[in-house]
Amino acid sequence: MRQQRLLFAAALPALVVFLAFWLLPVSRLVLVGASGPDGAAAYFAVLTNAVYRQSLINTVLLSATASIVSVAIAAIVGVYLQRRDFAGKRALVALLTFPLAFPGVVIGFFVILLAGRQGLIGQVSEALGAEKIVFAYSLSGLFLGYLYFSIPRCVLTLMAAAEKLDPALEEAARSLGAGPLAVVCDVIVPALKPALVASSAICFATSMGAFGTAFTLASKINVLPITIYSEFTNYANFAAAASLSLVLGVLTWLILMAARSLAGQGAAAA
Amino acid sequence: MRRSVFPLIAPLLTLITCLFLMVPIGMSIMAGVTENYFIGIRSGVTLRWVVEVWSLYRETIFLSMQVALATLVVTLITGVPLGYVLARSDSRWVRALEEALVLPVAMPGLATGLALVLAFGTFRDFRSSWLFILVGHVLFTLPFMARSVAAVLSSINLPVLEEAAASLGAGFWQRFATIVVPNARGGILAGALMVVTLSMGEFNITWMLHTPLTKTLPVGLADSYASMRLEIGSAYTLVFLLMIVPLLVAMQWLAARGTRPL
Repeated sequence: MRQQRLLFAAALPALVVFLAFWLLPVSRLVLVGASGPDGAAAYFAVLTNAVYRQSLINTVLLSATASIVSVAIAAIVGVYLQRRDFAGKRALVALLTFPLAFPGVVIGFFVILLAGRQGLIGQVSEALGAEKIVFAYSLSGLFLGYLYFSIPRCVLTLMAAAEKLDPALEEAARSLGAGPLAVVCDVIVPALKPALVASSAICFATSMGAFGTAFTLASKINVLPITIYSEFTNYANFAAAASLSLVLGVLTWLILMAARSLAGQGAAAA
Repeated sequence: MRRSVFPLIAPLLTLITCLFLMVPIGMSIMAGVTENYFIGIRSGVTLRWVVEVWSLYRETIFLSMQVALATLVVTLITGVPLGYVLARSDSRWVRALEEALVLPVAMPGLATGLALVLAFGTFRDFRSSWLFILVGHVLFTLPFMARSVAAVLSSINLPVLEEAAASLGAGFWQRFATIVVPNARGGILAGALMVVTLSMGEFNITWMLHTPLTKTLPVGLADSYASMRLEIGSAYTLVFLLMIVPLLVAMQWLAARGTRPL
């Protein structure tokens, strides 16, 4: 009993922080979300209001595509790096995780450096005699930014998963006449599945809420975080901003939970 | 023939991916020390943009350091005991608390920021002080400290050590100070590096919480990208990289020694 009380005392400071600065504000958010002219129906506005609906569709499609592409790239890179040894490999792997610490705004800036008006891609395409390619300030630019922060999020996880692959299984499949594609599809991918699911969920959740990258690239790209922000600042529409951000938060959380029950441990927070 | 396709795709894709992730960093560093980006590096190498960043934005650098250190102090006070509880107890309530504390990380930062503004925006003094930003950063980083500590403590036989100390007459707080904290050292250090790194780079929550007088480094970055010439934005990014990369290297070094955060 005494032990119980002491454990409670040890958890108390964190509990107080959580209750006062998260649970209380979020409860307030729930109330503000229902305080608009439409009341609690505001929570369905994301489906009934054409602008919000489009914004949600854009966000989900963009995040899903970026996550799938990122995880596919990271899986190939992860398996390759796991199996190949070369000088400086450890330094390279460490370098690959650095972008994890960059805020979204910096990644947006990187996209501008790559695909902006004075960007590298435009200069190269011009030098090759083609038209100057500029796509930083659109959904494609955003997609590139999402890849930039998503790939480092899963390379390490997939490398760790690839380490546990049993080469004997691939050998057996090959000796039974399976081609490389069959080995990848029938042996490697199923064995990596938990890591693939977990990584996709983390990338998807991060992409859904990615505000900084979109904010740097263009405030006109119609994705949910930008919509929420402009409802709040440009239109002072607190109810809409609150209800939309709750919808976004719940959606993100559900994805993470679903992935965790599918993939077991390891899919919790990014 | 069949085998030669795959072995080619993987290294090529790995190379492209590495270039994709590294080239923008290199470009930004270069642009930050180039006299004129439109002409290129042959226009000369200069530190004048870095100097300009210092005169325009040094307040943001100091504020970010201040917030990061304060966040560290608060997460040490709240997160280390919590990590101990997570490692010691299997009760349903503790698992529920663990889940609950991850919510601020799972929820988009913009939503957390909005919730804080709507709940506390009317408290003028609090709203306009740097402590408001501190609150957001603590919410966001606390689970990382707690989990890092819990992971290390779960890997040793803590109950046995504590019982031994208790049988020798050590009280709870004495055991906490002389057994728990020293054994959790690796986890605390890893957690601390994580907390400081995350706090220095936090933008999504901070953007909602900042005021014109409380701008952190990432907020300043957003401002410079939007309103300054490319060279200044780049030089400012360079300053950010110089601050964050030593932390990342330290984290890698620590992980290589066997104690990984999370």
